[in-house]
Amino acid sequence: MSTTDEALARGGDAPTAHASTVWVEEVSWVDRLPRWASMTMIFVAFVGIWELTCRSGLVSPIILPTPARTGQELITVGTNLLTGSYMLAPLAVTLTEVFYGFLLATALGFTLGVIVGETTFGERAVMPYLVALDTMPKVAFAPLFIAWLGFGVESKVALATFIATFPIIVGTAAGLHAADENARMLFKTMGATRWQTLIKMKLPTGLPHFFTGLKIGAVGVMAGAITGEFLGGGKGFGELIRVASTNLDTARVFALIIYLSILGLALFMGVSWAQRRFVFWQKSSTIAEPT
Amino acid sequence: MNDVTTTVGPVAQRARPVYVLRGVTKTFPRRNVQALESVDLTLTEGSFSSVIGASGCGKSTLLKIMAGLVPPTAGSVVLEGAPVVGPRKDIGMMFQQATLFPWRTVVENIVLPIEIRDGRAAARAAHGHARELLEMAGLNGFEQVYPGELSGGMAQRAAICRMLICEPSVLLLDEPFSALDELTRDFMNMELQRICTSRNATAFLVTHSIQEAVILSDRVYVMSPRPGRFVEQVDVDLPRPRTLDMMTTPRFGALVDRIRARLDKGAFL
Repeated sequence: MSTTDEALARGGDAPTAHASTVWVEEVSWVDRLPRWASMTMIFVAFVGIWELTCRSGLVSPIILPTPARTGQELITVGTNLLTGSYMLAPLAVTLTEVFYGFLLATALGFTLGVIVGETTFGERAVMPYLVALDTMPKVAFAPLFIAWLGFGVESKVALATFIATFPIIVGTAAGLHAADENARMLFKTMGATRWQTLIKMKLPTGLPHFFTGLKIGAVGVMAGAITGEFLGGGKGFGELIRVASTNLDTARVFALIIYLSILGLALFMGVSWAQRRFVFWQKSSTIAEPT
Repeated sequence: MNDVTTTVGPVAQRARPVYVLRGVTKTFPRRNVQALESVDLTLTEGSFSSVIGASGCGKSTLLKIMAGLVPPTAGSVVLEGAPVVGPRKDIGMMFQQATLFPWRTVVENIVLPIEIRDGRAAARAAHGHARELLEMAGLNGFEQVYPGELSGGMAQRAAICRMLICEPSVLLLDEPFSALDELTRDFMNMELQRICTSRNATAFLVTHSIQEAVILSDRVYVMSPRPGRFVEQVDVDLPRPRTLDMMTTPRFGALVDRIRARLDKGAFL
């Protein structure tokens, strides 16, 4: 230490021999905020702009209700749901559609995904048709489903399933391809059968991809159920939205949409939770991270 | 350079042949590549042999053929008197990557080959044996840990245990420690020697490190590419057990130089 100092002192061209080299990397204060604070900030800014837009008088209150009106409606709808009033039954209907749609999409998507991902035949012959089917505007099938299955829950389940299945197929198939050459070779040296390789290696390896598919599917299933209700009537939450918007009650529409999005978020978080539970070896931090 | 003998040593002559390859040839007609041309190889019981060569000289293909993972185009591979026509229980294999499965604990990973061959009950029954192997590999107390918590060297130790769980008579090692840092690699090589000696295992190592090949082997085969064939075999007469200190001896240097010269001539054309 002292020798270094002496050396620095002797070398006269060093301007300050004892200058500190401690320095701090600059991180913007925005990035240092805790998550809740930054999220609140965005929320406040959003509501502020909304409020200002309403007050400016540029937009008719029929088209855009004030934040306060929307808040009131949120409370009204919330009380209605909590006290088991007339909105609860439509919510139950939509929940049923989402539940069965998601269940069917998961079962169908997983099965087709394994066929497409595991067999060469599936990959060559089945996959092109699935891709073709996926590129079609799926909502356009809604009238067909209504014609085939009627105005009840079934046609909505069908549309929800139809929309949600494809990402689950892709997730499953991608997962089955995720195992690396080493793992395949290792299983080969152990004399594993195709079934053993699938069950003990490929499927667990592919679980993260499968869950990514499930998350995208969870979003699709909500969209499918509500679209089905818009186009095919019935007694679901979508019908409440349709009625409210016909009555030009936009605040009510906003409130209903917010409750629906809470429902969607709950489904998404449920899948995320299951992923953390079943893919325990993978450390993922944020809720939206799809891997 | 002349003091390096290439004659077959007395030890190799006495021991029983375990692995016998005759005229093993492999061509990939679609790519019009001759990967291996008439390879003859005899591994005797308890011996340690290495094959060294540049990338793409066919040494990994040779190992896969020996392991029964890939069929040869011509020639025969015989292990313990029986031809190798598929994966076998008496062959233990290890790769550059440990390839432990993160959803299984270390001990579950180690008994995986038993689970595949004989089912879950047999795998559970082998837990005791797995524990013994872990102790031997210096992984005491890591039975119930998930592989994500192991370092690279520890993961390879676990992979060694998995290779040994079925009591293989030969070990095929495909650059097992080349992904590790040099300090760990040297140490692991000495561990490997200890394990092989204690079990009298017949080992065959694929590597592209000359030092590693010389310090571990009784015999080093130098391979040249296109078509892959042995261009030289060098018997290593350093005494056993080998130590890392031997890497500084003139004898070691002479052997390394000899192999390097051979590689320079044939391998990179």
